[in-house]
Amino acid sequence: MTLASPSDFEPQGLQPQGWLKYLSFSLDHKVIGLQYLVTGFVFYLIGGALAGVIRTELASPISDFVSRETYNEVLTLHGTVMIFLWIVPVVNGAFGNYLIPFYVGARDMAFPRLNAVAFWLIPPAGILLISSYFIAGGAAQSGWTAYPPLSLTTPALGQVIWILSVLLLGGSSIFGGINFIATIWKLRRPGLKMMQLPMYCWAMLGTSILVVLSTPVLAGTLILLSFDIIAHTGFFNPALGGNVVVYQHLFWFYSHPAVYIMVLPAFGLVSEILPIHARKPLFGYTTMVYSILGIVVLGLIVWAHHMFTSGTPPWMRLFFTIATSFIAVPTGIKFFNWLATLWGGKLALNSAMLFSCAFIVNFVFGGITGVALAQVPFDIHVHDTYFVVGHFHYIVYGGTVFIIFASVYHWYPKFTGRMLNEDLGRLHFLLTFIGFNLCFAPQHWLGLNGMPRRVAEYDPAFTTLNQVSSIGALLMAISTLPFLINVVWSAFRGEVAGDNPWNALTPEWLTTSPPPVENWPGEAPLVTHPYGYGIPEGQLDLKVTTGRELWTGGRR
Amino acid sequence: MTSLAPGSGPTDLQAESAPPSLPETVLDEAQRGETHADGHAAHPDLRLFGLATFLVADGMTFAGFFAAYLTFRAVNPLPEGSSYELELLLPTINTVLLVLSSVTFHRAGSNLRDGNGSGCRSWLLGTGVLGAAFLAGQMVEYFNLPFGLTDNLFASTFYALTGFHGLHVTLGVICILIVWAQARPGGRINQQDHFGLEAAELYWHFVDGIWVVLYGILYLL
Ligand code: HEM
Ligand SMILES: [Cu+2]
Repeated sequence: MTLASPSDFEPQGLQPQGWLKYLSFSLDHKVIGLQYLVTGFVFYLIGGALAGVIRTELASPISDFVSRETYNEVLTLHGTVMIFLWIVPVVNGAFGNYLIPFYVGARDMAFPRLNAVAFWLIPPAGILLISSYFIAGGAAQSGWTAYPPLSLTTPALGQVIWILSVLLLGGSSIFGGINFIATIWKLRRPGLKMMQLPMYCWAMLGTSILVVLSTPVLAGTLILLSFDIIAHTGFFNPALGGNVVVYQHLFWFYSHPAVYIMVLPAFGLVSEILPIHARKPLFGYTTMVYSILGIVVLGLIVWAHHMFTSGTPPWMRLFFTIATSFIAVPTGIKFFNWLATLWGGKLALNSAMLFSCAFIVNFVFGGITGVALAQVPFDIHVHDTYFVVGHFHYIVYGGTVFIIFASVYHWYPKFTGRMLNEDLGRLHFLLTFIGFNLCFAPQHWLGLNGMPRRVAEYDPAFTTLNQVSSIGALLMAISTLPFLINVVWSAFRGEVAGDNPWNALTPEWLTTSPPPVENWPGEAPLVTHPYGYGIPEGQLDLKVTTGRELWTGGRR
Repeated sequence: MTSLAPGSGPTDLQAESAPPSLPETVLDEAQRGETHADGHAAHPDLRLFGLATFLVADGMTFAGFFAAYLTFRAVNPLPEGSSYELELLLPTINTVLLVLSSVTFHRAGSNLRDGNGSGCRSWLLGTGVLGAAFLAGQMVEYFNLPFGLTDNLFASTFYALTGFHGLHVTLGVICILIVWAQARPGGRINQQDHFGLEAAELYWHFVDGIWVVLYGILYLL
């Protein structure tokens, strides 16, 4: 089962061929990966349109564009779509499914059928969620956090549909996580050791552990919440003797790890992209691995930093402040490793690389505001203000979304066999980078000066910066156009890429573009040095990947 | 050398580093890796591993419920006149039944592995009966409780926990019946191919283990 030879390997069976396979219950991990990617992107466009509504409304201090209720629905849908239907499925499901079997030297994931089921849960869940906007009473209005008692008092049907949809998406995520753990841990080709895997495997292993440990807690919590709504139990309803803070604990026990579920895979992807375009080995492989594991462990014990203003007792505040600040250590290690990977390299500043380098800049900014937020006195001042909105958009957009784009530029030749257009790519980058910073940097100032989040109306004193922010959002919307044109046009007219346009060493490049169903026409290659760039062959020695020799690329 | 990447000029570094194809030695090793056409043991069957991972996830759902219950209990006083006291006799009998059923399931498994198919089926049937008896006991308990789902926080949590666990037991009993049917002579499950039985057994032990914890914190605490 592990490694059937190509002749008797038939994941397709009676399945449709050609482009129709992308609409089918395909078991091929590459097809499923692209299904995730395209579906995720469709939801990104929807979530982006919702963001456009938000920024249009906030361009003026009164609620003139949409009503307050509609604003709350739009806000809730935006957050939920972006997190559960765009970031999580794409950065885990899309690239994970496409790349992980290559990286472990397998012909498919451990459980292909479960894999297809996990994907096909997503479109119905997304359609369900979005359709709730059109029912009587409208969509959920209580934000992506669905805090009670707010979520108990807003229109019930929309909230219940929201819960149902998130449960489906959570289930999909858990199935995916189980599959990744089994594939990375158990399906490696003989001879391939864990410490020889490309870094994205480690990132996905860590992420999947978080998914498996924390998502079920969210599911259980939302089931209890739905009881409160439907059966009028009082788990989280203070009027019936319940406890809202328990909801917050359970919710954040999932949702803080969830931020790592969104960003750890991006860490992994950028660790693949940087060495190839800098022609340098990934610096500090071993420390990278232990940093990921450290983030996984710490990520599970910091959740209550979202609750400093929820009446948490002092000892708890102290513990969660310290634990949260500690996360900066493994994260910082990774940051410096990326810088060291770039140091002295032969950088090719193509679109993939531009987005990756911008990721490093944006992420360190979001990380610094994160550490600031972990300090209780500061957090009490800015909690639930636009400062928090600025912080997490620097992480999820400036971090993860930038890496999704970088990854599309990097792997598109593998997906399609054609290159993306570099000029359009650079234009896309420039517009995105300027628009993003214009949109979210001012929000820090707004928050520090007291503009609360989740409001359709605000103090007119905040008008100018909100308009700057809205212009930034407009630029971001425009920046999507060159990208869309590029991916469609290049699919037919792009320069033919060849098997390995980047001269990369990781296994997905050691086959045709696009790869055959069985991944490699012949044997699966055994790649023990996925980052062996920059030093003469025969001198490769994994033991020194952390050492100065590799850092300097063999030069003095 | 394959054609160079657009946007990255040829460099000496690149020339040294990026082989267009794999070195011979690596391919040799690769071939050795793929030619293991040996039997059962050489291909790890990952389905049980996957199930175990899923059960870890499922266990976390229960852990969340337990944590919620314990916190409620610690910080949310019940209204006047209600208490945490529960009738103990029936649940204790139920606990014994369930622990016993774990033993009988284990016997069913070892019987099958020893090639005693009919013995396996009898033990399976016994396990199923014990599971059903547990469910019946739970029903009797539900109908005799002095509180309903929405009476107070403890009542709600009690029903949520036992109900969620009861769903697991119900599913388990159904699985046992399916395995029992498949273990008939000439069925899918036999001495060589017993994944279904092992999966059901793992699940059943898990459900029993959860019950023991649940019994401890809900009834004894
Ligand atoms: C350097 C590591 C990080 C630290 C120290 C940190 C710290 C914090 C803190 C303390 C808050 C709570 C602020 C408040 O509500 O008053 C927060 C909010 C948030 N963070 Fe981070 N964070 C970090 C990284 C991340 C990452 C990697 C992501 C996502 C990929 C992320 C996404 C979020 C989100 C979504 C919120 C807002 C949640 C909400 O209230 O709706 N953060 N962060
Ligand atoms: Cu957090």
